[in-house]
Order: sequence, then structure tokens, then C-alpha cells
Amino acid sequence: MNAVVPLSALLDARQVWRGRTPEVRVGDQPTGWRALDAVLPAGGWPEASLSEILLPVDGVGELRLVLPTLARLTQGQRNVVIVSPPYTPCVAGWRQQGVNMRRVEFVDAGEKDVLWATEQCLRSGSCAAVLAWPHHADDRALRRLQVAAVTGQTLAFVFRDRSHLSNASPAALRLELEAPPRPQIWVRKCRGGAVPAQAIPLPRSVH
Amino acid sequence: MLWLCIYLPSLALDGILRRRPTEGPLVLVDGPINARTIVSANETARAAGLHVGQRLSAAQALLSQFEAIPYDRESVERWHQFLAAVAYRYSSEVSLLPHAIVLEVSKSMGLFGPWPRLESMLRADFTDLGFRHRIAAAPTAHAAHVLTMVSDGQAVLSSDTLRNALQRVPIARSRLPANALAALPSMGIRTLGQVLALPRDGLRRRFGAELLASLDRLTGDLASGLELYRPPDTFDLHIELLHEVENQSALVFPVRRMVDDLAAYLAGRDGGVQRFLLRLEHREGRFTDVPVGLLASERDGALLFEFARGRLEHLTLPEPVLALRLIARDLPAFVPAGRDLFDERPANALPIEQVRERLRARLGDGAVYRLGSTQDPRPERAQHEATHDQAPIEPHPRPTWLLPRPIPLRGENPIILAGPERLETGWWDDGQVCRDYYVIETSLGQEAWAFCAPDEQTGWMIHGWFA
Repeated sequence: MNAVVPLSALLDARQVWRGRTPEVRVGDQPTGWRALDAVLPAGGWPEASLSEILLPVDGVGELRLVLPTLARLTQGQRNVVIVSPPYTPCVAGWRQQGVNMRRVEFVDAGEKDVLWATEQCLRSGSCAAVLAWPHHADDRALRRLQVAAVTGQTLAFVFRDRSHLSNASPAALRLELEAPPRPQIWVRKCRGGAVPAQAIPLPRSVH
Repeated sequence: MLWLCIYLPSLALDGILRRRPTEGPLVLVDGPINARTIVSANETARAAGLHVGQRLSAAQALLSQFEAIPYDRESVERWHQFLAAVAYRYSSEVSLLPHAIVLEVSKSMGLFGPWPRLESMLRADFTDLGFRHRIAAAPTAHAAHVLTMVSDGQAVLSSDTLRNALQRVPIARSRLPANALAALPSMGIRTLGQVLALPRDGLRRRFGAELLASLDRLTGDLASGLELYRPPDTFDLHIELLHEVENQSALVFPVRRMVDDLAAYLAGRDGGVQRFLLRLEHREGRFTDVPVGLLASERDGALLFEFARGRLEHLTLPEPVLALRLIARDLPAFVPAGRDLFDERPANALPIEQVRERLRARLGDGAVYRLGSTQDPRPERAQHEATHDQAPIEPHPRPTWLLPRPIPLRGENPIILAGPERLETGWWDDGQVCRDYYVIETSLGQEAWAFCAPDEQTGWMIHGWFA
């Protein structure tokens, strides 16, 4: 064994179990959920990459997951684009979560144009985050979005049905939301680290 | 004072060639129908022996195949005006001379740089627009005009050297009054220098005061007396297509040219355009209008073209197009977007406004919007499309998704997480509601915002999701 492996590389790869809980490294794009940040290799959303969020049904916490991020970005006067949301966003609810609505652009795109509009926004580099609900997105379409996110240095979020979980995806991060018996998040894929074995509970918005 | 003159030797021909580039021989003809003569010929035609002043019948004897287009005075006048508007970008004192544009540039050089740079900028502009030109500068407008007749790129920057420069100009190119032009060579006078050396009294007796005035305007002893050009406040460009166009993709090239002309005009008046109209003209006066509206004023040619093309692509032509017209009346001031010195965005980032325009061009004008709150407590009317948002934050729980219309809840009884919040309002405009709103959890684990009739807790209607 001539090769000298730096200890930090082993620790970062998280193949060594450590008895003492390490300090949570806060990344450049924290999700706003401490428990989630702690398990993600980047300490938050993977920067300038595509994150895929898989849902069993609409309305199980997918916005709760990303609204802290949107609030942080829009309060920093960065632009956020929402492409073809499945419902009308409720302004009062979004503002309660701290989102500055002046910085949020909504785009109504037809089924065929969702991916095009998303890619345009990502590639432009003028948005901090782009959220999209594509109807039909295959592996190639998602790869285009991933490349566009890298080009424009933008956070990309794609919301899809859970049935796509079995298909491979080029996204840097795949999260699955689960509703009953209690809302929780499974990390299904995360680039640059091992997939954590446990689900992370997602607190309710109303107590 | 320093006047720059741009001489346009083939204004009419260039105006036609930029619309339909052709390699083959092409001439412009003018005159009575039975005695047509060539007034302008392109290089291929000249190489074949056709020349200006030749009878059309003689030309047809020389060359069997060539295009002859009637000389259109009106379109030449339009191009002349248009190029003056382009030159207006460089100076506020622009005047029209026959086949030429003169502009006073002594102050412009402070802004655009010394003479060589200013000259190359103007040349680049005119070359891009497809007009051949010759440029000269002199302390008087008329002298600059005469200098373009003998050479290209000559700059006489001071009055002292002006007389020297004019010395060698042949009489035929001197643009003096016609009677003098005809008589002087036969008197043995071949250059302007010789005319200037003649005694003035004798010249006045022989040719009248007009010749002396022309000479004085050349040397600057008399004010040029030119009328200053003022750019029009609206842009209206009309071009005839050479054949009927049935496919919209064939319109792309002419539209590109027109939009570039609009951009050049806008740059000249330091303005932008917010709304313009592309009119596709069909037979018998019918037309199709393609309005192009922008969120903010723009003036970049490539951008304007992209938006115009986006609108054109959606169009199916009802009948063939014969001519195109571009009308821009709404020309507000152009305010370039401010950029932060310590900008965090990537260097090649497009401004968000351009992204919005690009999306609107393809998806429709109403497809990109922002939402803001209103003062109305009813959820259906609590928000609208707006760019500002000043209402206070709602203290009661509000969902993040709102359903376009409430849907009934099926299945088991839900778990009530919060509520009720009674909304009883809207009596003033026939939209009265009286509901108790609750936050509930459905059997699928979704958190919903639902209402029922006051004090009933049955007949749940879901109005939103706490997603």
C-alpha cells in the first residue's frame, strides 16, 4: 500500500462510520430543512443541477420542501420561474412562507412547450431556480435540462409522478415524497455520496 | 466646423439589391416608354458592356438576358431619408444633398473618437445595410460633397488646407451650376483651382451671382444654407416582394431586413420600440396584421427579429403575400437595464426581460405573468396578475396550491387539523360567500384547505392543497 489516501477524502465519501456525529456542513444552496441538509452530500441542493422530486399525488409537501429555498432566493432579489404548475399558486400561502412574489415569474406552457420553456429559463442564467411540472419527460429530455442547468448555473427542480422511480434519471438528486402514514422524504439518488438508509420526516405546515 | 459627406453612388440599385441579392445582370431604366435609357447598372451588367445612358434597345442588342427594373423615384427618396435617419445617430446636424448625406461632426468626434474611428464606424453601418458609399470630410458641407466626387476617405480637417485640396478637382466633378460646367472647359479652365483664381467681377458678369455663391459655399465664405434633417417620429417601411409568397418561411429573410432597418433607425434616434406591426399585404388590398408587443422597449435587431419570427411562426397565411409593411408608432425612450458591478450571475446571462419576451413570443402574450394579492378576502379574488404586491400577510393559514374551482371531498371523514375560519363576505357585488374554512388531512395523507357550510363539518369542498 504505497498510495497515501487523505483521511478527508475517505470521510467525505462517507464510507467510514464515525461514532461522533459530524457537524452539519451547510452548503451553498441549503434546502432550509436541517435534517435533509445533513444527509445530502452537498449540504443542500446540488448546485447548478437538476433535482427530481417524485410524488405519489399532488399536495403531499412538494412545495413545503422547496418554499424555504424559494423564499431565500427571492428575498435575495433573485428570480425564480415556475413553469406550468398543476394548480394556481396561492399568493397568500406563498407569502406566508416568506416568498417575495415580485421575483416569481409564472409561465403557462402547453404540454409540448413545458420542456422548451424550462430549458430556455435554465439556459439563460438569469434565474436562480426553475421549477417545472413536465407531463412527458424521458431520460433524454431530463438530460437536456441537466445540461441547461449547468450552462445557466441554475437550480432546476422537476416534479414527476412516483411511477418514474424505476426509470433511470440523469438528475443529480432524486427525492421521493411519501405521505401516509406520515410525510417523509426518501433520498433515492444523490450524486457525490451514499444514499442514506432512512427516510427524513417532513414536518407538517400546520400544527 | 467639420462636415462629413457620405456619397451614395448607387442608391437606387443598392436599395433593390439588398431586397433581392442577384448575381445576374441587372439594370434600372427610366425615361419615356419608347425611349428607355439605363440609369444604373450592376457590375455584371457593366462587364457585359451595358452602361449608364445607353438606350434599353441598344442594351438588348448587346445582351440577351438581363433584368430591367423601372427606376422608382419614391423609393430612392425613401432610402435617402432612411439613411439620413441612420446618420442622425452620429450628429444632430444632418442634411440631404443630391445622392449624398452631410453631417457636422466636429463635436461628434469628442464622443465617438477621432476621425479614423468615426469614419470606420460609419462605413461599417452603411456596409451592413448594404449601401455602397464614399466618405470625405471638409470644413464646409459642399466642399466635402465635392471631395467625395474625386476620392474616397479624404479628410481635410482645417480651412487652410481646404483650398489646396480643391485646387486639383476637375471642373466636371465640381458640382458648379450647369451653365458654368458647360462653358468653363471650353475656356481652357480644367480645375477648380483655376476658377478660384479668376477675378470675381469677371465671373459675375459672365455667369451671374449663382456661380460666385457656389464657390463661396465651397470655401466657406458663405454659409451653406442647408435645411437640417429631422427624423420622423414614426417608422413605416414598405417593401414589395417580387413574387407571391405562400409559405411563411420565405418571409423570414425580408422580415429580418426590415427589422434590422428598424433597429438602425432606433439606434439613430436613441430610442426603443415597445410595439410594432407587421402587415402582410395580400391581393386587392386585403392584409393580415401581425402585432408584436413587448413588455419593455427594446432596440436590438436580433432580439426584435426573434420576437417577430416567434409571432410569424404561429401564423398560417390565408392567401399569398405580395408586400410587407412594418409600422412602428409607439417609440418610447430606451432605458438599458442596469447591471450590478458585482453581478453574481454567469457572464453570458440573458437579462430576465429578454427571457420573458422570448417565452411570450412562442407561448402567447399572456403566458408569462406575476401574481400579487388584492384586498379581497374571498380566495377566488384574493390574487390577480400584477407586478407589485403590497397587501399585508394573511394571519390565517393559507394553502400553497389553490384549485381553480372547489371540488367535493370523497371518501372517509377527514381529520381536522385547524379551523374553523369563517369567511362571510362579498355581499356588495353578488358574489356573496359564507363558509367555514378548515385545514384537514385526507385519507391519502394530503393536507387540504377545505370549507363547508357554517357549523356543519359535512359536505366538504376542497379549495386548496398545503403542498
